[in-house]
Amino acid sequence: MEWLKTHRNDAILIAALMLLGGALAVFLYATRQDGGYVSVQMDGQTVMELPLSEDTQVLLGEDGHTNTLVIRNGTAQVVEADCPDQICVRQGAVQYEGESIVCLPHKLVVSVEGGQGSGIDANTG
Amino acid sequence: MKASKVAQYGLITALALVLSYLESLLPPLGVPGVKLGLPNLAIVFALYRLNWKDACIISLMRVVLVTLLFGNGAALAYSVAGAALSLSLMGLLKRTGKFSSVGVSVAGGVAHNAGQILVAMALLETSRLAWYLPVLWISGTVAGVLIGVVSGVLVERVPDKK
Ligand SMILES: [Zn+2]
Repeated sequence: MEWLKTHRNDAILIAALMLLGGALAVFLYATRQDGGYVSVQMDGQTVMELPLSEDTQVLLGEDGHTNTLVIRNGTAQVVEADCPDQICVRQGAVQYEGESIVCLPHKLVVSVEGGQGSGIDANTG
Repeated sequence: MKASKVAQYGLITALALVLSYLESLLPPLGVPGVKLGLPNLAIVFALYRLNWKDACIISLMRVVLVTLLFGNGAALAYSVAGAALSLSLMGLLKRTGKFSSVGVSVAGGVAHNAGQILVAMALLETSRLAWYLPVLWISGTVAGVLIGVVSGVLVERVPDKK
């Protein structure tokens, strides 16, 4: 408690930041929704849209720059990649709207979107 | 520049590099290239032991050296953005005189992470990374408290060679 007296401003700052971060987390968590499809962006361009309802596997990119994306049971995951950091693989599966998998070395973003997707690859059967 | 100051520069930069290396051994926080900000310990120490300008120079040296040594060019933009935002905010807060090294380093930690996320959003042309903000926000706060306490102790205990 002695610390609180001499560090009142610090304590207020920390509490405010924690509250803000917590509120943001709760908000995002409470408003999360199962995604409808994943959008695949390479170099900022959307190259593919895949419905989460259909299990599939696609190889993204070219030799030396590939990521294997698997869609299974409504989740999307990069299971294999030849990037140096392997962070995209370790990010695991995503399924909620707004979640994403990023492979920075390959400039790849796989993001989960709500709804049914539009235009590219619209699954009209 | 006096020899003793050069030695201090070298020591603090070395400390920052060791912390960068240690941090690279930790598991990722979910976003590529985005780190907890352990090296900020060395920067906060420099901020209090030396001054804002010296802290900026040491921070820049660290970013350049880390990129040369560990060769992650992709992370360079993140590091620079995080470091710049963090140093600006820490410099401002320290100047108000209302906060100790703990408050200053907490603000620096959060700014560091926010800066990195913002650049990641811009580079990857996606707003989807907002999802990671709370995680980095809170981890930045926690890391900031630890760093602030430790650097406070360091500034007190480590003899100032003048
Ligand atoms: Zn990757």
